[in-house]
Amino acid sequence: MKYIDEFNDPALARRLLDDIHATATRPWAMMEVCGGQTHSIIRHGIDQLLPEGIELIHGPGCPVCVTPLEMIDKALEIASRPGVIFCSFGDMLRVPGTDRDLFQVKSTGGDVRVVYSPLDALRIAQQNPDRQVVFFGIGFETTAPANAMTVHQARRRGIGNFSLLVSHVRVPPAIEAIMQSPDCRVQAFLAAGHVCSVMGTAEYPELAARHRVPIVVTGFEPLDILEGIRRTVRQLECGEHRVENAYPRAVQDGGNRAALRMLEEVFTVTDRAWRGIGTIPASGWRLSDAYRDHDAEHRFDVGGLTTRESSLCRSGEVLQGLIKPHQCEAFGTTCTPRTPLGATMVSSEGACAAYFLYRRLDATAPRPEEATPVG
Amino acid sequence: MPPHPVPRRRPPLADAPDLAPDFNAWSCPLPLRDHPFVVMGHGGGGALSAELVRHLFMPAYGGETLAGLGDSAAVSLGGARLAFSTDSYVVRPLFFPGGSIGDLAVNGTVNDLAMSGAAPAYLSCAFILEEGTEVSTVGRVARAIGEAAERAGVAVVTGDTKVVDSGHGDEVYVNTSGIGLIPEGVDIRPQRARPGDVVIVSGPIGLHGIAILSVREGLEFGVELESDTAPLAGLVQAMLAVTPDLHVLRDPTRGGLAAALNEIAAASGTGVVLEERAVPVPEPVANACAFLGLDPLYVANEGRLVAFVPERHAEPVLEAMRTHPNGPEAAVIGRCVSEHPGMVVARTGLGGTRIVDLPLGEQLPRIC
Repeated sequence: MKYIDEFNDPALARRLLDDIHATATRPWAMMEVCGGQTHSIIRHGIDQLLPEGIELIHGPGCPVCVTPLEMIDKALEIASRPGVIFCSFGDMLRVPGTDRDLFQVKSTGGDVRVVYSPLDALRIAQQNPDRQVVFFGIGFETTAPANAMTVHQARRRGIGNFSLLVSHVRVPPAIEAIMQSPDCRVQAFLAAGHVCSVMGTAEYPELAARHRVPIVVTGFEPLDILEGIRRTVRQLECGEHRVENAYPRAVQDGGNRAALRMLEEVFTVTDRAWRGIGTIPASGWRLSDAYRDHDAEHRFDVGGLTTRESSLCRSGEVLQGLIKPHQCEAFGTTCTPRTPLGATMVSSEGACAAYFLYRRLDATAPRPEEATPVG
Repeated sequence: MPPHPVPRRRPPLADAPDLAPDFNAWSCPLPLRDHPFVVMGHGGGGALSAELVRHLFMPAYGGETLAGLGDSAAVSLGGARLAFSTDSYVVRPLFFPGGSIGDLAVNGTVNDLAMSGAAPAYLSCAFILEEGTEVSTVGRVARAIGEAAERAGVAVVTGDTKVVDSGHGDEVYVNTSGIGLIPEGVDIRPQRARPGDVVIVSGPIGLHGIAILSVREGLEFGVELESDTAPLAGLVQAMLAVTPDLHVLRDPTRGGLAAALNEIAAASGTGVVLEERAVPVPEPVANACAFLGLDPLYVANEGRLVAFVPERHAEPVLEAMRTHPNGPEAAVIGRCVSEHPGMVVARTGLGGTRIVDLPLGEQLPRIC
């Protein structure tokens, strides 16, 4: 396939790996921000092929993992109500709320549907004018524009029975929070290519300069990731801290202007809680006041829910790169993909799930000292 | 305005002692505690399905033969060794590129029989119809069943029809059961995998699952994909003609190749090493999986088999498969090993390794 096979070529991968091995003279720790990259790294065994001193720290970039428990519980509450059709991307259905997940709501009569695009949910709303249709709008800058456009369309076409349960988050404030953590070991970032394809790279030079870290915009196929790592190592070895675009086939510096306009029109930047991490200022979007009547939180009045996180789950530290998944006591014992304590064990992009699925033969490392979460 | 649908609340377990499973009667672990209600994953062919069989059905039935946990049971009757299998079909849409629920209903059960080396002979066919379904639709399904049975060389000899109230079914559900004779000297079952066995797949994987997904969800991947549904008894007979000593055959349907290999590894207490680049994945399937964040190893097939063959027979068996109409693209994809018993490990194209686990339930498309 164009742009898939070409970026899986073992011979080219070998050349990139040789370059990384030849360049790296000492240990470096870099964070891949995006869960899609984490999944690709573990699935293709890329981490096993790097020089021993090059550590990949798995970042908080899995939208499923960082959606706050309170928001999951709101989704479960709304989806349980009669007359509601609750639409979601597939990987949100198994994320544990306080005491159940969307699959369990479905199994007890809730009308929960997997869709592949928010526009599918809008079509369902048109086809069912006597039902309330809610779409679970989660994700980073990657999914936010399509959700914004869907609400915009609902308004324009007068589809009043459609609303959005919004829990969008933004990457740059998360990078800022990670760098400010006293336990931060991150020396460079592989920035998420899909996020930058929407937003461009304008938000990163200031971060790179202030924290003196290289930021390399990186894609998702094995060769993309290796190229991102290669460029990052070169910068680290030279003492540089620039923003580089190693994913030019998808990312332009100015981003996607139409998408940016849509975000501006429909959303407002807000503080947002990240599951396992805490509240990060200005790290999310909510629907702007002009679109409040399409806001499911407002429409269904789901405030005042009592949430309860597992006391064993250390996904917050995993999401900040403070520990590796298998350094959590619950990993693989009380916490597995079938009985997940936290979202990082649910989503296929979650670091814990990736380690459990692909790496649980690895020896368990000693437990690090307790770390202080960001937030 | 019509009334809202009322969520179906089950009575608490304590109020229904005759119907409720006795959690305390099961040996540890008690995984079904996690799901007091049936969820979709229980029918997904993965870990949840397996737990239902192991912890609910097997203790309830107490049968010896079920312990084999193959796709069909091998039973003796009047001196003959019979393979006996049943399967229900609830696919939506009923008709899809490359086949229909009728093709699946015949080929699925025929293939389950063939995976024990049996020559399928007779099928039953039971319909559960939803009130309000067009009779012409039922006619199309029935004709498809007749044509598929003729192609597979089996006869439909008994059947049944029930109708459920409108809204309590999905137009047409079909169940087929089948029997076939297992030849003398043939002993094919998951427990027989041995370290050193060569693992062969009969052709490209993932076509059925992606074809169904594309029509069900209205997704297009550049070309129209057709289901790979096909009867495999002829291919199995061609393989048995080379040697009756095939160790394991499995048709990797729900849960895909990953589920089939995991079941074999678990049943035989061996490990499997899969060479990822050797697994034939058609380009449109790879594209669709890349787009949706799915793994082709977990996507359903309906006309493929995976075989564990002793090394000395592997080359001639592969040759026989490639000269059969149902196996021209057969390929060696890995080996059975004594390391990591019960576990499937893939060697990635780049030279790393990863575990290929049993899927939990259905694969879920990723958000982005």
